[in-house]
Amino acid sequence: MNAQTLPVPLAASRYGSIMTHALFKPSAALAVLLLIDLIFIPGFFSLEVKDGHLYGSLIDIVNRAAPLMLAALGMTVVIATRGIDISVGAQVALSGTVACMLIAGGTPMPAALAAAIGAALLCGAWNGLLVAALKLQPIVATLILMVAGRGLAQLLTDGQIITVYYQPYFFIGSGYLLGLPFSLYIVAAVFAVVALMMKKTALGLFIQSVGINPVAARLAGLRTATLIFFTYVFCAACAGLAGLMISSNIKSADANNAGLLLELDAILAVTLGGTSLAGGKFSLAGSVIGALIIQTLTYTIYSLGVPPEVNMVVKSLVVFAVCLSQSAEFKNLWKRRK
Amino acid sequence: MDSALTPVLELTGIHKEFPGVKALNDAGLRLYPGEVHTLMGQNGAGKSTLIKVLTGVYTPDRGRMVLQGQEIAPASTLEAQELGISTVYQEVNLCPNLSVAENIFIGRYPRKWGMVDWRGMREAAARLLHDLEVDIDVSAPLSRYPLAIQQMVAISRALNISSRVLILDEPTSSLDEAEVQLLFRVLRRLREQGMAILFVTHFLDQTYAISDRITVMRNGEREGEYACSELSRLALVNKMIGAPAEAQPAEGAAGHGANAQAAAGLPHGSAAQGELPLAQAAPILLRARGLKRRGVLQPVDMDVREGEVLGMAGLLGSGRTELARLLFGADRADGGSIRIGSHEGIFLTPREAIGAGIGFCSEDRKLEGAILSLSVRENLVLALQARNGMLRAIPLKRQQELANDYVKALGIKTASIETPIGSLSGGNQQKVLLARWLATQPKLMILDEPTRGIDVRAKQEIMDYVTALCRKGMSILFISSELPEVLRCSDRMVVMRDRAACGEYERGQLDDESVLQVIAGEAA
Repeated sequence: MNAQTLPVPLAASRYGSIMTHALFKPSAALAVLLLIDLIFIPGFFSLEVKDGHLYGSLIDIVNRAAPLMLAALGMTVVIATRGIDISVGAQVALSGTVACMLIAGGTPMPAALAAAIGAALLCGAWNGLLVAALKLQPIVATLILMVAGRGLAQLLTDGQIITVYYQPYFFIGSGYLLGLPFSLYIVAAVFAVVALMMKKTALGLFIQSVGINPVAARLAGLRTATLIFFTYVFCAACAGLAGLMISSNIKSADANNAGLLLELDAILAVTLGGTSLAGGKFSLAGSVIGALIIQTLTYTIYSLGVPPEVNMVVKSLVVFAVCLSQSAEFKNLWKRRK
Repeated sequence: MDSALTPVLELTGIHKEFPGVKALNDAGLRLYPGEVHTLMGQNGAGKSTLIKVLTGVYTPDRGRMVLQGQEIAPASTLEAQELGISTVYQEVNLCPNLSVAENIFIGRYPRKWGMVDWRGMREAAARLLHDLEVDIDVSAPLSRYPLAIQQMVAISRALNISSRVLILDEPTSSLDEAEVQLLFRVLRRLREQGMAILFVTHFLDQTYAISDRITVMRNGEREGEYACSELSRLALVNKMIGAPAEAQPAEGAAGHGANAQAAAGLPHGSAAQGELPLAQAAPILLRARGLKRRGVLQPVDMDVREGEVLGMAGLLGSGRTELARLLFGADRADGGSIRIGSHEGIFLTPREAIGAGIGFCSEDRKLEGAILSLSVRENLVLALQARNGMLRAIPLKRQQELANDYVKALGIKTASIETPIGSLSGGNQQKVLLARWLATQPKLMILDEPTRGIDVRAKQEIMDYVTALCRKGMSILFISSELPEVLRCSDRMVVMRDRAACGEYERGQLDDESVLQVIAGEAA
């Protein structure tokens, strides 16, 4: 995924089997899901062009997964430094609320968007300060904002859903550019920027070092606290963007429900993508695939007509299977049996 | 050893291979009840691997392990413990935030009416430690005690598990002389009780002080098994290195022919003196004045000259490491100042110290040095990259060059530069960490116990390389518990005692005897 770890997977796929590649398992899981869809859902892979826009199940899945992919990207970097951010959902609600209220109040859209992202960045700075400077445990530190962020959003909206009628704003979440949903371009842009930074700068090496051994990393001269601080700011920026997407998509700010439990899905996506919660090695592409797995699964379950009450259980079973396939302990057990 | 006895434990034909490395090749070991058996060998000779096979951490590819006539194949440390094989590892593997008593009984808490019997546990723990002549508050968290005490806790934990075989993997590397004697008293008592004790160490003195027999390993094989009384020190060193001691390559530095002799603990007289150029006349590189930290270090004044090796001797807890950490900004001094180059004042972070041209090899390789799952290359370039800053990434090709160069120059044994550092032996990890700092081309290199837990050969290679660099103008602050090593390598020496510097000596001013007196606080 980044310049520092590139040689190993490359060498592995060149000389060994492709199965040893870090992205093999998440990709395989996604492929299996898609195969099921191919067999059981007629016309799953068909795409058609209507009014110059691409339509189809695949586009639908990718479009709906966009906020989750963003949140997962931010979460990946935080998790890689041994952290976690459970206030992502609250940040989503807050940024959506700020944007919608300002736009509804007549503020020009660029200013409203900047204010919304600014609010998210403040959230990230707050989290980063608690974790990096005050050394609070990340789950506790971000728990504060998880409660306070949504609370603040509800306070701002008086608990009401604020609807907006402003065409340009809808474009973020439901617009199309060159036949593809605009939200995909946002995800692609964020992914490209981060991936490029990992490749062209030493960011990847630094993040991994801090995640694996923070004490040694500090002694080697890394600004560990600063690095950790900015991972939370980045995570919040991603959440802020996701918040804009969601509120634009539903054309309103719903402080009570927007992004609810999104942080858990994001953590799940990161895990499915093969990044360990213990920190260290991470994979941005893996997290994106993880997010796609989650969205495809949801789509598949609905499309197959599984009763809604069974939905959660099926989802958890699939997730359990994928996680099991990544467990080293389980692999050992399996080997010993043979 | 009475050969009529049957061994309590016998390993034969053990093979173990890791990707790219044959760690054990037809290795073997015999342990008799009531003996202290020392396992010796260089870094990467396979000692640690053999022990990990024995204790169920690794499964051997081939080979037989027989414990009291029964073939065993422990699949985990727990199984090995249940069989009666207990281990105290090289680096203390306990839980620092649990109490001493909990650490001793972890996983086997005594119970009373279905609940943990905390009081009984504390009493039993205190009793066990008392047997080792360690009387401490067992309800305090382990982290409050120095490494040496933690080691004792690890040993009493191993003893508490009913043991027939006790393995001590480098137990003395962080103990001071008095503590070593205490440990040996305990070992002798256990030997009388019929316990088979396998002792892994690099210290020749200790080997001869306690062992009945010695097994020497080399390149993953059993070189031979000897009665301690029949093997001279020089012969032992020869067998470990596998070449006549005289014929060792002394790379870079001249005049280290005395090394094998000195390494073997033989008296080294004036022949070893005066070989390094005297550096008194050299300008001062670093000047520390009144450097202190409350509860840790009394104010210390110290000068380091350009191109000298400044040795630092003193017992564990004398303030050696503490001073080094203040000099490097790893801990923050609360008084005093450091002048190096254009910098004046204390260092607030390691980053500042690195910027001023200081490198620091910590004594704790695992916790403060290696980034275990990253590759040799990544570990090696880390400090240089950190100094360059995040945005100025060192091109991959340049990284590979650097890594390859240092792997070659320091003789680092690794399958490739992309191998995770964690799969290298301790000595080779240490060399990578040394290279990490050398890559930054420091003006002053602080080496805190660079040779702790490392065999004779690697020690010598590291010191030779470092002294060669000194000739090119780098200064070294060399901290070691091994007095002969400090005396041999240093141009000048600072002796620390009771958290303060208590003397500064030129080369040749002191011999072993008088340094010991200074360290012990007797009139020199």
